[in-house]
Amino acid sequence: MIDIQNVNKWFDDFHVLKNISMSVAKGEVIVVCGPSGSGKSTLIKCVNGLEPFQKGTITVNDVSVGAKDTNLPELRSHIGMVFQNFELFPHMTAMQNICLSQLKVLGRSQSEAQDRTNTLLDRVGLEGLGFKYSSELSGGQQQRVAIARALAMDPFAMLFDEPTSALDPEMINEVLEVMQELARDDGMTMMVVTHEMGFARRVADRVIFMDEGEIVEDANTDDFFGTPRSDRAQLFLSKILQH
Amino acid sequence: MLAAFDFGVIGRNLPYLWEGMQLSLLLTGLSAFGSIVLGTILALMRLSGIKLFQWIGAVWVNFFRSLPLLLVIFWFYFLVPVVVQQQVDAFQSALIGFVLFEAAYYCEIMRSGILSISRGQAWAGYALGLRYSQTMRYIVLPQAFRNMLPILLTQTIILFQDTSLVFVVGLADFMTSAVNVAQRDSRLIELYVFAAFVYLVMCYFGSLYVKHLQQKMHR
Repeated sequence: MIDIQNVNKWFDDFHVLKNISMSVAKGEVIVVCGPSGSGKSTLIKCVNGLEPFQKGTITVNDVSVGAKDTNLPELRSHIGMVFQNFELFPHMTAMQNICLSQLKVLGRSQSEAQDRTNTLLDRVGLEGLGFKYSSELSGGQQQRVAIARALAMDPFAMLFDEPTSALDPEMINEVLEVMQELARDDGMTMMVVTHEMGFARRVADRVIFMDEGEIVEDANTDDFFGTPRSDRAQLFLSKILQH
Repeated sequence: MLAAFDFGVIGRNLPYLWEGMQLSLLLTGLSAFGSIVLGTILALMRLSGIKLFQWIGAVWVNFFRSLPLLLVIFWFYFLVPVVVQQQVDAFQSALIGFVLFEAAYYCEIMRSGILSISRGQAWAGYALGLRYSQTMRYIVLPQAFRNMLPILLTQTIILFQDTSLVFVVGLADFMTSAVNVAQRDSRLIELYVFAAFVYLVMCYFGSLYVKHLQQKMHR
């Protein structure tokens, strides 16, 4: 589904991604973790072409992301993305946030889009809150609206870029539960950048550990938490699992 | 001393002065609309990834900001008829001059407005499959306008004052009408005091409204 081959990216002189190769199969849930600054957020933004990369190839559903003749808006409309800071549109209600791309990209009718939005709001536990603006919603609610907004496009894969990092602790679980249901019930293909190791252990099929722009470890979840092979991953886990 | 003044001249000429005010307001409204649209396009050009567009936007802004407005008004009054090869009335040539000139200022306001919207907002639009034009139209520009509304209105108040410069091409705006009455009836002081009073009141209340709007937005 997602195939990344020898991707290199530089921000001016800074080599932020070094020879990254990995893949996500259909229906698979991959967690990408690692210390901040390791390039994981940059990597996930390369997958749908929000960040350009200089070398290597990324294909999603056999479409090359970096190729010049690729219709990126068309490709992105099939890949859902959820951001660390939610990025709800503050001048629109939750309903309008979720309807916008259904109307403008998919060409659904107003009533069709609203029906779909109501179904999705129910699903993420926000029944009847469609009329609220993002400033009237808690962080956890905003992130669930953002997930519903991505799902409204019927994506074949979902990218999550640190979806719980900006949340107060008591709101993290409500978001993780929605993500977990999505993986279990829908068999959604998911690439998740997160520090939530509990979520990784419960939901992920594989865990990828990145440090300083490289993939240090790419292992099945059980192996990763059982016996990480690299010292760096062991050190990271020991720090993060202490609390 | 005050007996020497005859403020009744204002009352007698009020319909004529009101006609002038209507022209001032029309010119301000049309110029503001046109130059906000053009200024927004210029701002998008300056912020685009295309070198040529960036260059055009930068040259436009620097060119018009380096010229006195009075010169631009004169210039278009004499230039436009030559270019289009027919008589153009003073209102049209003044309007064109104002739109092209003021667009340079509105461009810089809109540019900072667009830059005030976080990159993540545009990313979210693109990630949903929206094109550049859709992302700008539905997500970035509405927020940029909203954030910049007080400054856009302040610039429009300045524009309203600047429209008095059409005096030089003989267009009968409020200022020109006041001058006409003043000279015809030899009531210079009365009319100039009245004109100053009208501009002062209108612009002062305009500024108060802007302040009110700013406070409302910060709440």
